[in-house]
Amino acid sequence: MKSKVTLTVNGKERSAEVEPRTLLAELLRDHLGLTGTHVGCDTTQCGCCVVHVDGKAVKSCTMLAVQAAGKQVTTIEGLAKPDGTLHPMQEAFREHHGLQCGFCTPGMVMMAVDIARRRPGADEKTVREELEGNLCRCTGYQGIVEAILSVVNPGAVKDHHHA
Amino acid sequence: MGQFGIGQPLRRLEDPRLLVGGGRYADDARIEGQFWGVFLRSPHAHADILAMDLAAARAAPGVKAIFTAADLDAAGMPDMACEVELKSLAGEAMARPQRPILARGKTRFVGECVALVVADTQAHARDAAELIAVDYAPRPAVAGAQAALRPDAPRVWDELTSNLPVHWENGPVGPVDAAMAGAAHRVRLRIVNDRLVPAPMEPKGALAAWDKAASKLTLWAPTQGGRRIQATIAKRFLGLEQEQVRVISQDVGGGFGMRGQTYPEYVALGFAARALDGAVKWRADRTETFVSDYHGRDQVNEAEMGLDAQGRIVALKIHTVLNLGAYMAENGPRLPMEGGGRIIPCCYHAPHFYFSVKPVFTNTVSTDTYRGAGRPEANFLMERLMDKAAAACGLPRDEIRRRNFIAQFPYKTPLGYSIDSGDFAAGLDQALRMADWAQFETRRAEAKRRGKLRGIGVAAFIEAAGGRAPVEDMRLQAAPDGSVTIFSGSHSHGQGHATVFAQLAHEFLGVAPERVTLVQGDTDVTPKGSIGTFGSRSSMMGGGGLKAAAEKIVAKGKRIAAALMQSEAEQVSFAQGVFRAGASEVSFAAVAAAAHDPAKLPEGMAPGLDESHLFQREAENFPNGCHVCEVEIDPETGTTEILRYVAVDDCGIVLNPLIVHGQVHGGVAQGVGQATIEKVVYDEEAQLVSASFMDYGMPRASGVPYIEAGFNAVPCKTNPLGVKGAGEAGACGAPPAYVGAVADALRDFGADHIDMPLTPEKVWRAIHGKG
Amino acid sequence: MHNFAYHAPASLDAALKLIGEKEDGKIIAGGMTLLPTLKQRLAAPSDLIDLAGLPDLRGVKKEGGHIVIGAMTTHYEVATSDVVKAAIPALAHLASIIGDPAVRHRGTIGGSLANSDPAADYPGAAMGLNATIVTNKRAIAAEDYFLGLFETALERDEIIVSVRFPIPEKAAYQKFRHPASGYAVAGVMVSKTGAQVRVGVTGAGPNAFRARDFEAALEKSFTAEAIKDVKMSPDSLLSDIHCSAEYRAHLVGVLARRAVAQA
Ligand SMILES: Cc1cc2nc3c(=O)[nH]c(=O)nc-3n(C[C@H](O)[C@H](O)[C@H](O)COP(=O)(O)OP(=O)(O)OC[C@H]3O[C@@H](n4cnc5c(N)ncnc54)[C@H](O)[C@@H]3O)c2cc1C
Ligand code: FES
Ligand code: FES
Repeated sequence: MKSKVTLTVNGKERSAEVEPRTLLAELLRDHLGLTGTHVGCDTTQCGCCVVHVDGKAVKSCTMLAVQAAGKQVTTIEGLAKPDGTLHPMQEAFREHHGLQCGFCTPGMVMMAVDIARRRPGADEKTVREELEGNLCRCTGYQGIVEAILSVVNPGAVKDHHHA
Repeated sequence: MGQFGIGQPLRRLEDPRLLVGGGRYADDARIEGQFWGVFLRSPHAHADILAMDLAAARAAPGVKAIFTAADLDAAGMPDMACEVELKSLAGEAMARPQRPILARGKTRFVGECVALVVADTQAHARDAAELIAVDYAPRPAVAGAQAALRPDAPRVWDELTSNLPVHWENGPVGPVDAAMAGAAHRVRLRIVNDRLVPAPMEPKGALAAWDKAASKLTLWAPTQGGRRIQATIAKRFLGLEQEQVRVISQDVGGGFGMRGQTYPEYVALGFAARALDGAVKWRADRTETFVSDYHGRDQVNEAEMGLDAQGRIVALKIHTVLNLGAYMAENGPRLPMEGGGRIIPCCYHAPHFYFSVKPVFTNTVSTDTYRGAGRPEANFLMERLMDKAAAACGLPRDEIRRRNFIAQFPYKTPLGYSIDSGDFAAGLDQALRMADWAQFETRRAEAKRRGKLRGIGVAAFIEAAGGRAPVEDMRLQAAPDGSVTIFSGSHSHGQGHATVFAQLAHEFLGVAPERVTLVQGDTDVTPKGSIGTFGSRSSMMGGGGLKAAAEKIVAKGKRIAAALMQSEAEQVSFAQGVFRAGASEVSFAAVAAAAHDPAKLPEGMAPGLDESHLFQREAENFPNGCHVCEVEIDPETGTTEILRYVAVDDCGIVLNPLIVHGQVHGGVAQGVGQATIEKVVYDEEAQLVSASFMDYGMPRASGVPYIEAGFNAVPCKTNPLGVKGAGEAGACGAPPAYVGAVADALRDFGADHIDMPLTPEKVWRAIHGKG
Repeated sequence: MHNFAYHAPASLDAALKLIGEKEDGKIIAGGMTLLPTLKQRLAAPSDLIDLAGLPDLRGVKKEGGHIVIGAMTTHYEVATSDVVKAAIPALAHLASIIGDPAVRHRGTIGGSLANSDPAADYPGAAMGLNATIVTNKRAIAAEDYFLGLFETALERDEIIVSVRFPIPEKAAYQKFRHPASGYAVAGVMVSKTGAQVRVGVTGAGPNAFRARDFEAALEKSFTAEAIKDVKMSPDSLLSDIHCSAEYRAHLVGVLARRAVAQA
């Protein structure tokens, strides 16, 4: 029942033998060893698994690997520059303490990059709404929201408490 | 000192790795040739298991083995025990029935493990689990603690005469009743503190691998520092020496108190790995975590407070009924007294205090520690009582608190704990100022003109941190190049130890934080006397151990430096990474290099710069704070919006404000979650109704406010760093501040308390008198 | 998930042929509902037939007085479509608040209507905007389409091809989100075209329906005031651990008034 799936992951062509029921998240984690993409739920609600497929944020736990055949997939491992320079959104998460345990972080950052693409200039309320599909149990979202604002709308950053 | 030392908002050192997908969580571990385990779980809340037919499952594709209680019993495996000891006033000891790893003849809650299926793939194991035919004879079940106390309630344990294993009281009620009778004002309150799931974002999972040659089990699992789990699995369950089990938890996706326990799944997986001489992996999906992770809270509190004519507390009575679940978890029954009781009556002095606790068995998942573990419940109760008392005494809510605050330290609490320090009034003033409390009525009036109901709530709270095991072990090792490795038993599952401990190493040794590496979560290499992280203990316990170990490094370093500078150790000083004697100086790195070069060492000195310290705490510390919450309610729908949230916290000396604020934010979000949407719901048959995020409301970014955080730092007097824990404050402050604000908004509608979560419907009902 | 065979037909005919052949075959569109269901092993289709390779099923057009949306058009595409935003902004708004951004990038209007989740948003729009569901076989008026809880008029071998929305004079959608799932506890789409008013309700009942008492009152006077005293009966409405039927009934009234005021 297995078939070969070929797709581009983080700029490189990759293929794997998978069952039709294999999810994109499983393909990435179990077959390609890209364990940065996390799985935090089975109801498509937590967003720990968000990656970009053809430039758009999707939940890789709710897409079949076979559906990603021929597509461009970017995961958290592919966001920084090859020389290791962090993506500005990754930098912003660090600067604004947008992560604690780090489990939601890959999906959060991938969604944040997508938000920045679609909603430049977004205010705090919009950013919070845009995070509807990404749960974080550690940060209370404040650092995450501030990090995203610092990229999309720096004037809206409040960060009153630390230099 | 130090640019990056104590008090600096150093950006986290662990972040670059976590931000590029470099985290190593339990499910990232895999071993060539591993098997997959799947647990078959009970669909019944209470049932006898009459028979189990494994034949079809055993014959299913890919199946390697199926384990049931019979296999464990045949191997002489003991059951899980709760070590908590409690006695009634009359001296009867608490009954402590034990939990089988896999259900033996009977299941007592929905989700209890009945069998472990091991196969070559997870899908095959799942397919096979569906083929196991279990013949259940369902029995009546009970989910609520109060229902379980009724004489005719179904009994969870046939062995016991009721569902009440002990009735604990702090003393006779008589004197308290007498004081109560003389009070000028009396207020009563009944509060349901609902059941929650901790729900860290990383679901539980584990990989257990048996190494036959070494006779050793390695368990990758998300723990809060695996030392206790290592000991329990090795000694109690597998009959091994402690060192024959290795627990690895490198990165852990959130803890919140539910990761410290030895879950039955870990034991079963370890057993299976040894029996199969291989590796068995298990990955719970989220739905499974709802019945596998221990739940939190679930108390019903009935309280009465008596006050004198000036609004000073004269007596306090609390009756707590705690839902234990079907099985006593490791800490379960102790939470109201040793968790919450440590601090009751919270920030206030109550000359007469009676406390009764009834832990009760029900057909539900066990309850155990969850962020604050008894303290959020206690603070919530006290703050709701204070609001009610303010109304009864005709005093403003801030004033009644001021009149009752503990102001003399050290203060001995009714249950005998000693609070070393605090300035509750200053914290209150600061919070009220930041929230512009004084001008609130103007804002209320303005909202009213828009048809909205506005309210403000204030909550003072106190925490107890660093409790239970009074020791923690830390090891510091300097490499020849002067870089430092910290071997820590304290464990970060988000708290940023790699950063904070590096700051401390920088502070004490002058090493640049980037040159400090933290090793955690591997019982093979972390110090033996370590315990782990829970109850916000790391800053005091780990930090204390680190400071003492650093002092030992400096002491040895001085002797080496003296040899290098041809001086005497007594003449050598050390500051900012440099050893000095007279006009000469050598760097820490040079001393570290010399330490590894026997030729440069003083006579008889062992090479290396590697010191450990088993830190012994003097006392716990008592973080405290005051939170203010302002809300606006749409009376048509009951929708409540948080407009402002101010958090003032006394966490003692702040090691890294960025990280402490992060802890406060996260705690507030969990507290707001409890106050607004979170609730575990069981139906009449004790079926779990809220078994996924579709039904269990998790706080999202849009439901959590922007938090204005401030510090009211009063250094702790009983530990060398002056620190107090920070992890649980938010979860203590937010529920009473929020509920107080809603109650204030609804003051004209006669609703002085609504039980959490305050869903729009409940608020709407309160406004429209629909009960 | 149980295993299944996966097919990616390149034409509607090929898809229909597969549907005809594979008895336990199921269509997959965005997968946002189907895949979670399969993950929980609540269904076990033998075959999945993916409509993603059918470009004809995707996109938005204006045809005379109608907006025609291909079944495979994603929520995101509807929300950001200039055509929809200009003609029926309420519909674009509705699409923009379904689920979350990642769900909107994959989930489709056809999938939503085929699924007929009682708490889904599009069914409310279909009712409130008097839409027609166009399949490979026929055109079904929204009113004849929703039959019950997760139950529609679709036959097993019927594929939704597009959805036709007549362009109203004015319309507005109001949604009250479920605290846990984010779906609609109640959602009300109100539209007015000439003298005709439609009030489509979702979330509250087992399937989307028209609130005729509200419509009648609004046809007399299209003001929030006009429906102030119109009450919805909670009798056949849903109740769950977060919201009772009584509260849902109340919300329908509030949302209807707000939608009228906003339209
Ligand atoms: C986290 C989350 C939140 C959500 N929140 C909301 C919300 O707030 N409001 C809301 O309305 N929805 C919500 N949804 C559901 C979402 O809108 C789905 O996209 C939609 O219900 C199903 O569309 P789909 O394209 O994903 O269909 P699929 O999941 O692929 O299919 C659903 C069903 O429809 C059938 N089907 C699909 N296409 C066709 C067709 N063209 N013809 C015939 N049958 C077809 C399939 O066989 C299947 O039975 C949410 C989903 C998730 C995961
Ligand atoms: S794992 Fe994909 S949304 Fe939770
Ligand atoms: S950082 Fe832990 S879940 Fe977000």
